Amino acid sequence: MRAAILAVSLLALGATGCMEVEQTASPQKSGKYQGKPDTRPWDNAPLAYGDASWKQGDRTSWENQIRTRNLAQHEYKRVQ
Amino acid sequence: MARMKFLCDAERCIECNGCVTACKQEHEVPWGVNRRRVVTINDGVPGEKSISVACMHCSDAPCMAVCPVDCFYRTEDGVVLHDKDLCIGCGYCFYACPFGAPQFPQAGAFGLRGKMDKCTFCAGGPEKDRSEEEFKKYGRNRLSEGKLPACAEMCSTKALLGGDGDVVADIYRERVLKRGKGSEVWGWGTAYGQGKPAAAPAGAKS
Repeated sequence: MRAAILAVSLLALGATGCMEVEQTASPQKSGKYQGKPDTRPWDNAPLAYGDASWKQGDRTSWENQIRTRNLAQHEYKRVQ
Repeated sequence: MARMKFLCDAERCIECNGCVTACKQEHEVPWGVNRRRVVTINDGVPGEKSISVACMHCSDAPCMAVCPVDCFYRTEDGVVLHDKDLCIGCGYCFYACPFGAPQFPQAGAFGLRGKMDKCTFCAGGPEKDRSEEEFKKYGRNRLSEGKLPACAEMCSTKALLGGDGDVVADIYRERVLKRGKGSEVWGWGTAYGQGKPAAAPAGAKS
């Protein structure tokens, strides 16, 4: 009986060697981004100076601002 | 929905390296790191072509696929960024990238493989937007200021376009249709006229 208990505990002890040790503070999925979260550009308020304007947190108004800025690269439109 | 993309018009690029300088200046990029560079094919031969190359912010980015520590992420507006706190500087992304975009700081005679640095589409990184930490690690966050990348916005010939992919495509399409083909592409007619002799001004003596 004692030998059986010893064998089982040795087996259990040996099996722990096969275990993968958790190295991260929280379980994270392999193949997914593991870094810090980032904020979105439209979550910022426009600068106090300059001509940029959008409503903070509103993606559509920020995209409109970017579109306006983008069209400034269109010189055919700029000369009209 | 904006999907940020760059497009370089090889017919317009004059290899002035203004985009490279603008990027260096805007983000205070260290010596040895070039987030953007101009590549010229058949340099010195008539008909040479130049294009400005940086991270193309791929929709299916190879750097992201090979990174062993998964430090890359894509923002909602399609910009590929990475977390420098996680990067181990292994260089896998450099081998995977078809554009040679990932850069590693150089120091001393033998170089130093530090944290990877690349074009951020002027969108900073995973730090507080417009903070000093963000600027030091990733450079300026122009998108959070409602602006587009400095390289594209200051390109003197507007060869380099940057912004929402759909808008960039519209600008380029209209340009190609208007400028015609052949020598008109690079402005022979503008410089030398259409081949008709100009009428002599009144009172001119030959």
